[in-house]
Amino acid sequence: MHDHTTPATSTTTQAATSTATSGTEDDHVYLSLAEAAPGPEGEGRWAYGTGFADPLLGVDTALPAGLDGADLAAYCLMLGDDALILAQRLIEWCTRAPELEEEVALANLGLDLLGQARLLLTRAGQADGTGRSEDDLAYWREEHEFRNVRLVETPNGDFAYSIARLLLFATTRGVLYEALSAHPDPVLAAVAARGVKELAYHREYATAWTLRLGDGTPYSAERMQAGLDAVWPLLEELFTAHPVERRVGVDPAELREPVLRALGAVVAEAGLTVPDVPPLATVLGRAGRDGVHTEALGPLLAELQVVARAHPGATW
Amino acid sequence: MTESPAAPHAESPAEHKAEHKAGSKADSRACWPLYEVFVRPRRGLNHVHVGSLHASDDRMALLAARDLYTRRNEGVSLWVVRSDAITASTPDERDPFFEPSGDKVYRHPTFYDIPEDVPHI
Amino acid sequence: MVTAEVAEAVPAQTPEDRFEAVIAAEQRIEPRDWMPDAYRATLIRQIAQHAHSEIIGMQPEGNWLTRAPSLRRKAILLAKAQDEAGHGLYLYAAAETLGVDRAELTEKLISGRQKYSSIFNYPTLTFADVGVIGWLVDGAAICNQVPLCRCSYGPYARAMVRICKEESFHQRQGFELLMTLMRGTEAQRRMVQDAVDRWWWPSLMMFGPPDADSPNTARSMAWRIKRHSNDELRQRFVDMTVPQAEHLGVTLPDPELRWNEERGGWDFGEPDWSELTRVIHGQGPCNTQRIERRRTAHEDGAWVREAAVAHAAKRAAEHAAAAAAAEQHTEQENGK
Repeated sequence: MHDHTTPATSTTTQAATSTATSGTEDDHVYLSLAEAAPGPEGEGRWAYGTGFADPLLGVDTALPAGLDGADLAAYCLMLGDDALILAQRLIEWCTRAPELEEEVALANLGLDLLGQARLLLTRAGQADGTGRSEDDLAYWREEHEFRNVRLVETPNGDFAYSIARLLLFATTRGVLYEALSAHPDPVLAAVAARGVKELAYHREYATAWTLRLGDGTPYSAERMQAGLDAVWPLLEELFTAHPVERRVGVDPAELREPVLRALGAVVAEAGLTVPDVPPLATVLGRAGRDGVHTEALGPLLAELQVVARAHPGATW
Repeated sequence: MTESPAAPHAESPAEHKAEHKAGSKADSRACWPLYEVFVRPRRGLNHVHVGSLHASDDRMALLAARDLYTRRNEGVSLWVVRSDAITASTPDERDPFFEPSGDKVYRHPTFYDIPEDVPHI
Repeated sequence: MVTAEVAEAVPAQTPEDRFEAVIAAEQRIEPRDWMPDAYRATLIRQIAQHAHSEIIGMQPEGNWLTRAPSLRRKAILLAKAQDEAGHGLYLYAAAETLGVDRAELTEKLISGRQKYSSIFNYPTLTFADVGVIGWLVDGAAICNQVPLCRCSYGPYARAMVRICKEESFHQRQGFELLMTLMRGTEAQRRMVQDAVDRWWWPSLMMFGPPDADSPNTARSMAWRIKRHSNDELRQRFVDMTVPQAEHLGVTLPDPELRWNEERGGWDFGEPDWSELTRVIHGQGPCNTQRIERRRTAHEDGAWVREAAVAHAAKRAAEHAAAAAAAEQHTEQENGK
C-alpha cells in the first residue's frame, strides 16, 4: 500500500501506541518519512492540481488526422495562457488572503489552473511540431505572443474584484471544457474532461463568495458590485471568436447564452445588479487572443520570467 | 510562571459574532465559528475526527474541509459539524473545574483569560 | 450530536495524581482533562508559536512564487505554501482546544506579544534559497517535530503526525532542487553555496539556545511535551546534514566541523547567539515586513470575514422564520 493512501486514523494510532522514548524510535519515524515515493503516485503529484490521476494516462498523444497542427497549437496556447496568467494572479494572493482557510482554497485554484496550463502548453509545443516545452512557452515568449484574454491579466484589486473575475472566468471555462471534453484531439479532450471537475469547484467557490459578499454587509455589497462593474467590460472578449477558435475549437459565441444566464442568476441571488456597461474596446479589432493586451500583462510577465531569463539554458 | 486560572469567558463564540453589526467598521477580530471535521478514509470505515477549521457557514466548512483534510486523497466522505452543536461528557464529572462549561465540546474558544503580565503566551 | 467518552481507568484520587499518572503511563492528555495551569500555558505558547511560524514561514518562500523559473517548480512551491497554511490551521486548532481562539492568537502575533521561529526573519535572496530552506530549515523542523508526534498532549501530537508526513515532501523537494542546481551551470552552483552560507547558522539556531540557557526544557521534558533537549536535537541535525552536504557537493560554512570518532558525532562551532537574540528581539532583517504583511492581510480581510458572518446570520434568520411559519401552518392544519 502506498504511504499516502494510508488512512490518517491508522497513522494516528501508530503514533499514539508507540510509547518508546528512545531516540531510535524517532529515527525510525524519521526514516519512514524520508522514504522516497517515486513515480506518478509520488509527492510530485500534488503539484499538478487537485486531480490525482494523470489525465493523460493512456491517452494517445499523436496528432489525429484531419486536425491542423498549427491551429491546434494556437488554440492550446489560448486556453493554456488563460490558465497560466490567472494562476499567476491567484498566486499573488498567497499570504494575503482574508482568512487562512481561504489561503488554502485560493492556492488550490491556482494549482488547478497551473496544472491545466502545463498540459495545454505542452500540447501546443507538440502540435506545432516545434517540440517546445511548457517552460519554453511560458518563459521565452514575448508579451505579444501570449494569447490569453485580457480578463485574466488585470491586477487583482480587492477580494471582491478577484472573486468577480473568477466568477466570470470559471463559469465560462466550465461550460467550454464541457464542450471540449468531446474534442477530436484526445489530449485536449482529456485535459478538458478533468478541467470540468476542477472548474465546477472554482465556480462554486466564486459563486458562494459572490453571494456572501453581495448579501453580507452594506460595505461588502458595495465592493462586490464594484468588482462586477469593473470586470464586466472584459466579459465580451470571452464570447468573441478568433478564427482559430472557429476552425479548431468551440465557437465562444455559443457560450454567451448559457454563461450570461448562469451569471445573471448568481448576481440576482446576491441581491446585486448585472452591470449595464459596454465592452472594453479592442485595438483595431484586436485583443488578447491576437496578442494585444492591457498594460498589466507586461509587468506580470517580467516577474514571471525574470529568473528563467537570467539563466538561459539552465535546468531547474 | 505566575499565571492563574481565570473565569471562563462569559460569552459564547456565537454571541461574540452577533456584536458585529452589519456596516459598522470591520472588526479585524471577526472570527468564523469553529467546525469539527470527520473523514471516512475508505469505504467500510467509520468517519473519524481529523481536526477542525473555521467557516462562516456549513457549505464553506465542507469545501474548506475538502481543501484542508483531503487534499491528498485521504478520504471518500466528509462530515462537518458546528463545534457548539456537539455535546460531550467530561472525563470526570466530579471535577469542579469543568462544571461551569461542562457541555461545551473540547472547551474550544475563549474559555481562558491569560493575564496580560504572563510573558510569552 | 451527542458524544460520551469511556473514562479510562487510571486509579488515582486527585486530578493532579491522575494527570501525573497519565503522563507516566505515556498516555495522552486530552482537552477536557484536568491539567496544571502551567502545562496549559506552556502548550498554548509552544503551539501558538509553532502555528505562527508556519504562517509567517509562507512569506520567505512565497517571495519566489511569482518568479519560480519553471512551471513545475512554481506548482511545487505553491503546493508547499498551501501545506504551510494547512499546518498553521491544524496547529491553531490544536491550540484552540486549550481555550484560546485563533483571532486572539493572531492578535498576539501581529502585536508582537507572541513569537514565531526567528529563521523566517532572514531574507530569501535567490531562488536557491527555496531549495536550501527545504533542505536545512525543513530538515531542522522535522528533527524538532518528529518527537512531537509523541507529545503528551493529544491534539498537538495528532496534528504533528499529519504535519510530519507532509513536511517530508517539503524537505525532499528542497534537496531535489539543490541537486538539480548543483548539476547545472556554474552560476547555479554559486547560488546554492551562497544560500547555504547564509542559512546554515540560522538553521542551527532553530533548535533554540544551548541546554544550559534553556530553563524551561527540564519541565517540558518531565511533562513529555518535549522529548529531547535542544542540544541533542541540534547534534542529530548536524549528524544527518553533513553527509547530505557532501552528497550535494556544498561546503558547510563552519571551519570547526569535524568528525569526532570518540563520540560518533560531528563536532561543530558555536552559532552567534547574540545575533539570535537580536533577531528574536525584532532587529532581524525582515521582522518588520513579516509582521506587517500578516497584519495587512488580516486587516484587509476583516470586511470579507465580517460579510460572511453577516450573510450566514441572515440565512439562519430566514431558515428560522421559515421553520416557524411552517410550524404555525401545521398547528393551524391540526387545529381544523
